[in-house]
Amino acid sequence: MRNVRRWGPGLLLVSPSIILILVFVFGLIGWNAKVSLSDWRTSVHSTGWAGLAAYRDLNADPAWSEDLHHILLFTATFIVGALFVGLTLAFLLEKGVRGEGFFRSIYLFPMAVSFIAAGVVWRWLMNPAPGDRSTGLNVIFEKLHVGFLGNEWYLGQNWGMSAMALPAIWALSGYIMALYLAGFRGVPEELREAARMDGASEFRVYRHVVFPYLRPVTLSAVIILGHISIKVFDLIVAIGGKQLITQTPAVYMWILIYDAQDYAKGAAIATLLLLGISVLIIPYLIFTVRSERRA
Amino acid sequence: MTSRAEPIPIAAAKRPRRSHRTEARITKYALLAVFVVIVLMPVYVLLVTSFKGAAETDPSQAWALPQNWTLAGWRTAWHDLSPALGNSFKLVIPATVLSCVLGSLNGFVLSKWKFPGADFVFTIMLFGLFIPYQAVMIPLAQLFSDIHFPEGIPRLIFAHVVYGIPITALIFRNYYATIPDELMEAARMDRAGMFRTYWSVVLPLSMPAFVVAAIWQFTSIWNDFLFAVFLIVDPAKWPVTVALNNEAGSLVTTYNVQMAGALLASLPTLIVYILLGRYFMRGLLAGALKG
Repeated sequence: MRNVRRWGPGLLLVSPSIILILVFVFGLIGWNAKVSLSDWRTSVHSTGWAGLAAYRDLNADPAWSEDLHHILLFTATFIVGALFVGLTLAFLLEKGVRGEGFFRSIYLFPMAVSFIAAGVVWRWLMNPAPGDRSTGLNVIFEKLHVGFLGNEWYLGQNWGMSAMALPAIWALSGYIMALYLAGFRGVPEELREAARMDGASEFRVYRHVVFPYLRPVTLSAVIILGHISIKVFDLIVAIGGKQLITQTPAVYMWILIYDAQDYAKGAAIATLLLLGISVLIIPYLIFTVRSERRA
Repeated sequence: MTSRAEPIPIAAAKRPRRSHRTEARITKYALLAVFVVIVLMPVYVLLVTSFKGAAETDPSQAWALPQNWTLAGWRTAWHDLSPALGNSFKLVIPATVLSCVLGSLNGFVLSKWKFPGADFVFTIMLFGLFIPYQAVMIPLAQLFSDIHFPEGIPRLIFAHVVYGIPITALIFRNYYATIPDELMEAARMDRAGMFRTYWSVVLPLSMPAFVVAAIWQFTSIWNDFLFAVFLIVDPAKWPVTVALNNEAGSLVTTYNVQMAGALLASLPTLIVYILLGRYFMRGLLAGALKG
């Protein structure tokens, strides 16, 4: 506090941004919560108090329990798949291969493509239509005489949302690879050498020296993938549209606002999405800021 | 050929180990190649299908090269999407520039010209990185119409700049943390004020951070669908993601037009990626906090 003249201008310069964040992040989150507790259930704007009515409606809504089931299956497949592929790629690249830069840029490029554009081609690849309307992977399976692998993909009754996660895995694996690659390169070479000197096999060097080093990377990766997954929206819209069989909470919210104009119920979903993500993020943020301070 | 002569094996026992290594190496490259094929498969499909005629729909030819190469799909896609591509550029250029300027100033103050509580402010901002934007969408649309904010693209620009504050602050703050404090001290010795220090010491060093932040914002704003679908009512103002989704979702649109459209909508970000991929990677790691 000694020298206001020194730090004053800095605070002044940042203050518009601080105010914007306070208003448009925290203020609007509060406003949204208020909408979710209101009786604004039609196209006519209303601010009357309705308590938890919208949340109770959701709880009793069979479509909502479908949504939760869908998002769980999607998230589980997506996280496991992207971690597995990402780690495999990083493992293959970590000791340096010829053309590493080439491989890296190929694996990473799907990050630059929007889910909407990716959805167009993945809908073709995972086309469940039979007969002469069939395309994509089902056709390839027929050609390779493994037609029994052909399936309904994202329209499958039980595992549809797992198929829906495939484009997401395709899009994000390269990113996870980049994270793990940075992790691998952060392991001090002396540690590996020391383990080898002690007669450890290469397998045991990985098992006991390298992989423990990667645990924080895995934590970050799970958090990042999880928070992308919980709110997944454009990918689902691009591939499944508004069908109930692929509906996720974010898609349901959109339908409630645009087709049903049930604002309170839509806002209730938005609040629940925020809560779901906060449970994941807040401990992580505290952990990150603390370890930054320690460093 | 003497220079390429094999070293004389010292012990015979080493031989099997070497061939084992070669085997491992071949497996490694084979696996890498398999992944390349998988990752590029959608690109092959997009390209091949986009040059087919509308009638080439027989499943037996689905993966084959076009029988008659034609630009018909591209022409239709361009006709349908070019206004939306224009909208996207009108949106993404000003929003990216504003985001970067704001991010640079914020990052500078939050790392090199700290005020009491600067770290706390930064933590608060970080929270804005992770919120699902659905949680602000209903009130945001309501607020825009309440205050009669100019409709269409300006609303999107404003939203992307505001919600881009956290990530750009993070990128620039991380970058500026690597500038030695001695440089700041030197500027202080010269009795330079905040703006002069920023302008003549920090800004000239900022180019890499600007590139990283610009790529990040360009890509995420160009690819955004959520804000656009909630905030833009008038189809004439749609950015290309919404227009493409609308076009591809229609039952009458043939695959060749859909694929050409998807390629058109992805070209700008792909070009940025190809030209500046190195920075792209760096941005991803800098923004490792964000998905």
